[in-house]
Amino acid sequence: MSSATAIHDAHDDHGPSKGIMRWITTTNHKDIGTLYLIFALIMFMIGGAMAMIIRAELFQPGMQLVDPAFFNQMTTVHALVMIFGGVMPAFTGLANWLIPMMIGAPDMALPRMNNWSFWILPFAFTMLLSTLFMNGGGPAAGWTMYPPLVLQTGDAFPFMILSIHMMGISSIMGSINVIVTIMNMRAPGMTLMKMPLFVWTWLITAYLLIATMPVLAGAVTMLLTDKFFGTSFFSAAGGGDPVLYQHVFWFFGHPEVYILILPAFGIISQIIPTFARKPLFGYSSMVYATASIAFLSFIVWAHHMFTVGMPTAGELFFMYATMMIAVPTGVKVFNWVSTMWRGSMTFETPMLFAIAFVFLFTIGGFSGLMLAIAPADFQYHDTYFVVAHFHYVLVSGAVFSIMAAAYYWMPKWTGHMYDEKLGKIHFWLSAISMNVLFFPQHFLGLAGMPRRIPDYSVQFTGFNQISSIGGFVFGLSQVLFCYIVYKTIKGGQPATDNVWEGAHGLEWTLPSPPPYHSFIEAPAVK
Amino acid sequence: MAHAQTDYYVPHGSHWPIVGSIGLFTTAVGAAMFLNDKFGPWMLYAGLAIIIFMMFGWFGTVINESLSGMYNQQVDHSFRQGMMWFIFSEVMFFAAFFGVLFYARNLSVPWLLGMGSGLTTHEVLWSGYNQAWPTNGPADVGGDFHPMGAWGIPALNTLLLLSSGVTITLAHWALKSGERKKLVMWLAATVLLGATFLGFQAYEYIHAYHEMNLTLHTGIYGSTFFMLTGFHGLHVTIGTIMLLVILLRCMKGHFSADEHFGFEAVAWYWHFVDVVWLGLFIFVYVL
Ligand code: HEM
Ligand SMILES: [Cu+2]
Repeated sequence: MSSATAIHDAHDDHGPSKGIMRWITTTNHKDIGTLYLIFALIMFMIGGAMAMIIRAELFQPGMQLVDPAFFNQMTTVHALVMIFGGVMPAFTGLANWLIPMMIGAPDMALPRMNNWSFWILPFAFTMLLSTLFMNGGGPAAGWTMYPPLVLQTGDAFPFMILSIHMMGISSIMGSINVIVTIMNMRAPGMTLMKMPLFVWTWLITAYLLIATMPVLAGAVTMLLTDKFFGTSFFSAAGGGDPVLYQHVFWFFGHPEVYILILPAFGIISQIIPTFARKPLFGYSSMVYATASIAFLSFIVWAHHMFTVGMPTAGELFFMYATMMIAVPTGVKVFNWVSTMWRGSMTFETPMLFAIAFVFLFTIGGFSGLMLAIAPADFQYHDTYFVVAHFHYVLVSGAVFSIMAAAYYWMPKWTGHMYDEKLGKIHFWLSAISMNVLFFPQHFLGLAGMPRRIPDYSVQFTGFNQISSIGGFVFGLSQVLFCYIVYKTIKGGQPATDNVWEGAHGLEWTLPSPPPYHSFIEAPAVK
Repeated sequence: MAHAQTDYYVPHGSHWPIVGSIGLFTTAVGAAMFLNDKFGPWMLYAGLAIIIFMMFGWFGTVINESLSGMYNQQVDHSFRQGMMWFIFSEVMFFAAFFGVLFYARNLSVPWLLGMGSGLTTHEVLWSGYNQAWPTNGPADVGGDFHPMGAWGIPALNTLLLLSSGVTITLAHWALKSGERKKLVMWLAATVLLGATFLGFQAYEYIHAYHEMNLTLHTGIYGSTFFMLTGFHGLHVTIGTIMLLVILLRCMKGHFSADEHFGFEAVAWYWHFVDVVWLGLFIFVYVL
C-alpha cells in the first residue's frame, strides 16, 4: 500500500476557510465529524422531547395530555429520529473523526462525498419533522411502517417515504467512504489485524449498511407505489401479501439493529483496555465475533415476526438462528470482562459508561434471548417487554457507548479536559435513571401491557409512574450532558497529547487538538 | 503540482454537495406535494434540474482535476473501490425486488390457492380462486390480462444487451491499445445498442398497456413485472447517458491507455445492468 500524504489545491492555506461557509463546503473529516455529532445531539434532544411527551401521557391511565393519534405520531417519529437521526449520525461522526486518525491517514478517501453524506441529513429530517404539522399529522403507524395501516397516513406519507430515501442515500455514501478509507488509506504497516477495533467494527457495520439500506429503500418504494400507483405488493386481493412487507423490512431491520450496536462494541473495546491498563483480551476473537454477528444478522430477521403466522419450520429456523447470535455476543462480553480481570483499573467517566455498558447491554441481550424463544414470544410480542429489551440494548448500549466515546475523545478533539466531577454526576444520574425508566417495563410487558397504546388498565399504574419518573430524570440529565460538552469546547484544563495514561493508538500520538489534516506524513506502524 | 503524483489529493471546500442536497430536497418535496395533489410537478422538475446542474459541475471539476494530473494511483484506487461498492448497493436494491418476486410466486400465491398452511384462508376468504402464476390475485385486480411472453421483444432485447457487453469490451481493448478510432466506434455502437433496447422496451410497455391490459394495476404480476423491468430500464437509461458522456469525452481525447477510471466505471455499471437483465429475462419472462 502506498503511503497517504495530503496535497491541497491551495498550498498557502492549510487551515479551514472562514465563517459559515467553512461548515457548508468543508471536505475535512474533522469538520464533518463535528457536524455529524452536533446534528446527532440536536436530534437526541428532539427525539428525547417526544419521549417526554410519551412518558407524560403514560404517567396515569386514561387520556391525559395528548390525543391518541398524536401519541402514535410521537412513538413513530421518536423512533425514526433516534435511530436515523441520533444513533446512526453519531456513529458516523465518530467514524469521521477517528478512523483517519486511527489508521494514519490525512483524511477520508472521498472528502467531497463525505460532505454530501452529511448535508443530506438536515434536509431529510426537515422533511420528516415537518410532517408533524401536516394535514392528518405525522406518520403514526410505528417506525416499522407496516401496511396496510401505514397506507392510511395523511399528507405526511410521501414525505416520510422520500425522507427515508434521502437518509438511505446519505448512509450508503457514508459507508462507501468508510470502506474505501479503511481499505485504501491505511499507513504502511497498518495491517488489517493491527487495526483498532473501532475501525474493524465500523468496517463491518459499513458492509451491513450498503447491503441493507437499499433493501429498505425497496421496501418503502413498494409502499409508495402501493399507495399511489395501484400496485398490489402488500395486498392479498391482488395476490401480494402484507406479511411480505414485514419480511423485506426486517431483512433490513435486523441488520440495522446491529448497525446500531457494532460501532458501540468497537468503542467499548477501545476504552476498557485504556482504563484497565491491559491490552484487549482476545483481539482476534473480537474481530471474528464481530464478523459472525454480522453474518448471522442476515438470517434471523423473522424473529420479529413469530406471531404473524409463519410455517413451523420457519419459526424453528429463526428461533435457533437467533439464539446462535448469543454465542459471538457472549465471546465479546467474556473478552471485556477478561480485559478488566486483574487490571489496574481507574474509573474515569468514559470507563464508568463502558462498564455500565457491559452490564446493561448484557441484560438487554438476555431479554433478547427470552424473546427469541418462539413460543414464549407469543406472550411477549408487542408488549412493553420488547420495549424494555430494545431500550436496554439501545440506550444503555448504543447511547451509553456514544457518551463514553464523547468523554473519552473530547479532550483529544477540543484540547480541553471535560469537568470530571460533572461527568461523574452525569453518569450516575443517567445510569440510575435509565434503570428506573426501563426496568419496570419488563414487568409491565410480562403482565401484558401492550406497546404503542396511550392508555392502560389501572393495575399497570404503579410501574408506569416509576418508569415515567425515571424518564424525566433521564431526560433532564442529558441537558447536563449538553452543558458539559459546551463547557469543554469553550475551555478547561489543557489536555496532553496522550490524554489518558493507558491509551494506545495513533490518534494519541497527535497533538490535542490535532492539526487540520491528521497525518500529512504517513506514520510508520511497527 | 510538482509532487502531485505521490500525494493524496484532499480537495479544499466544495459547494457542489450542498447544491446536490438542495436539489434532492427540492425533488423530494416536489414529488411529495405532487403525489398529494398539492402542486403541479414543477417543483419536482426544478429539483431534478438542480441535480443535473450539480452533476455537470461536480463531475466537471473532477474531470479537470484528473486531466491536470492531481490524482495519483491511490486516489484512482479510492474511486474504483467506491464505484464497486456503489454497484454492490444497487445489486442489493434489485435483490429486494427479486426476493419479492420469489416470495409471491413460491409462497404467497400458493398459500392463497390453499397450499401449505393456507387452506383455511383459501376456503374462508377466496374459495373460488384458482389462478396460478401469472396472476392478478383473487380479486382479479386490474381485470383480465395477457402475460408477457419471453420469445418476442424480450429475447431480442437480451441479444441486444449481450452484444452491447461485447462491444464495450472491444472498446476497452481499443482504448488499452491506444486505437482511438476503434474506441469511438465500438463505444458508439454500445450507445446505439442501449438506445435500441430502450426503444424496444418502450414499445413493449405501450403494447402491454394498450393491447394486453397488462399494467401496474394488474395485481402482483403487473406490480412485479413493471417494477423490476421499470427499475432496470431506468438503470439502462442512466447507463446509456453515462456511456454517451464517456463517448463525448473519448472524442475529445480524454483517457489514456493506462488511466481511464471514468471509462471503466461506466463499463462496470453497464455490465451490472446486463447481468440484472439476464436475471429478469429468466425469472420474469421465461419461467
Ligand atoms: C443477543 C442478542 C439479541 C437477541 C437474541 C434479540 C432478539 C430480539 C427479538 C426476538 C425481538 C422481537 C421481539 C418481538 O417483537 O416480539 C427483538 C426486538 C428488538 N431488538 Fe433485539 N435482540 C438482540 C439484540 C439486540 C440489539 C443488539 C439491538 C440493538 C442495538 C436490538 C434491538 C431490537 C429492537 C429495536 C427491537 C424491536 C423492534 C420493533 O419491533 O420495533 N436487539 N430482539
Ligand atoms: Cu432482530
